[in-house]
Amino acid sequence: MNMKILTTPIKDEDLADLNVGDVVYLTGHIVTCRDVAHRRLIELKRELPVDLQGGAIFHAGPIVRKLDGGKFEMVAIGPTTSMRMEKFERDFIKETGVKLIVGKGGMGPETEAGCKEYKAVHAIFPGGCAVLAATQVEEIEGAEWQDLGMPETLWVNRVREFGPLIISIDTKGNNLIEQNKAQFNAKKSAIVDRISSQVRFIK
Amino acid sequence: METEAAVRSLTDTMAKFTAYIGKHLPTDVEEKLKELRSRETQPLAKAIYASMAENQDAANKLDRPSCQDTGVIQYFITAGAKFPLLGELANILRNATVEATRDAPLRHNAVETFVEKNTGTNTGTKVPWLDWEIVPDDDGVTIDVYMAGGGCTLPGRATVLMPGQGYEGVTDFVFDVITSRGVNACPPLLVGVGVSTAVETAARLSKKALMRPIGSHHPDPGAAKMERLLEDGLNELGIGPQGLTGNASVMGVNIESSARHPSTIGVAVSTGCWAHRRGRIRISADLAYEIDSHEGVVL
Repeated sequence: MNMKILTTPIKDEDLADLNVGDVVYLTGHIVTCRDVAHRRLIELKRELPVDLQGGAIFHAGPIVRKLDGGKFEMVAIGPTTSMRMEKFERDFIKETGVKLIVGKGGMGPETEAGCKEYKAVHAIFPGGCAVLAATQVEEIEGAEWQDLGMPETLWVNRVREFGPLIISIDTKGNNLIEQNKAQFNAKKSAIVDRISSQVRFIK
Repeated sequence: METEAAVRSLTDTMAKFTAYIGKHLPTDVEEKLKELRSRETQPLAKAIYASMAENQDAANKLDRPSCQDTGVIQYFITAGAKFPLLGELANILRNATVEATRDAPLRHNAVETFVEKNTGTNTGTKVPWLDWEIVPDDDGVTIDVYMAGGGCTLPGRATVLMPGQGYEGVTDFVFDVITSRGVNACPPLLVGVGVSTAVETAARLSKKALMRPIGSHHPDPGAAKMERLLEDGLNELGIGPQGLTGNASVMGVNIESSARHPSTIGVAVSTGCWAHRRGRIRISADLAYEIDSHEGVVL
């Protein structure tokens, strides 16, 4: 397995040799960005309050605790389902220059095309591992669009060796989860036929 | 106990239990994950199982919710008709949700529809969601608390088949849901299947099926056989943890059913992620409690 640490700002050449299935870690900054932030930028044409050029976003809605003195503590921050952002992601990559998109599960053909065209990657952080991820956040440095509530706020996180991140779409447009789904679907009909022959309860 | 003191006491118990289940998996899920991990042979899948175990240890040590998505809180209530606080129970559970949200802390997951504002308390119109069953001649109550994240809620589907499609059609439907949408829902999944008349009756049963322990079986031998066939068949797909391929796909398949209209087969699938956060607590008339889902817990 090809293991590697990416550091923000990420350059095109940092990503060129990465292939789906590789495991990487991230040091630098990653900003949470999910449904409403994508909608505001792409559909409502609002300017994002964070510069993502060469940056990383995390499809995540964390649990955050407000500390005395106005600082925030990251309690739990696992990935959310990336597919919800499929509708927006290609344009989002184009508009922001983001290089690393971290989330959960696969994304579709639009994101594939965006990753290929603008040289970005999508990676999977193991879903449900929210405390593991929180312990890799050194500090919450910013919180933008707090009017969206805790899950949708853009939380600016400084992280160290954040991962494991499994590359699921690379800059060549390969898509690991789509490949896996094709494999599952290929096996499916024979299994369904076999079970069906044993569940003919209506006679 | 005066009613006011009794209400305070039960609110406190339910707030603590609700917070607790966000931080600790039930014993049956823990054991199943251990078993799947020990049987796994693929390197990437093994690494994911290791991250999952590391995460649960960290959640335990740091006393934090193990997954950030602590769901819209649902309570499945099986109440004795003679339970002394039957009339107060809805309010008690609402207040318990507010307290658990503040103390755990849980994520704010109640967005008022149409207004489209997060209430910030995990309570809102009909939230927490309550499901009631009343049992005659009983003075206790059993409550299943469930936190389903958005990820494992998204695959949920229900449809009404024609009898000609039979249980073969049910099989096909279950496989379609899991291969098309279950892959993104944090497998290995617990799959709940409802077989009934209509979409809403099947959907409710599919969720109730997720409250049943892993490894338990439907009392009807045919349905129990179908649970095993579906489980083995889905595992053969090799979806693996996080859909990254592996030796298993599911933690189990639970079917719940009702009698049906002769002209329809309502079928629904609900999925529970690997971090299947549910807990079962029994409260007696004197408000003493017993926890069935998690071994050795004192709140």
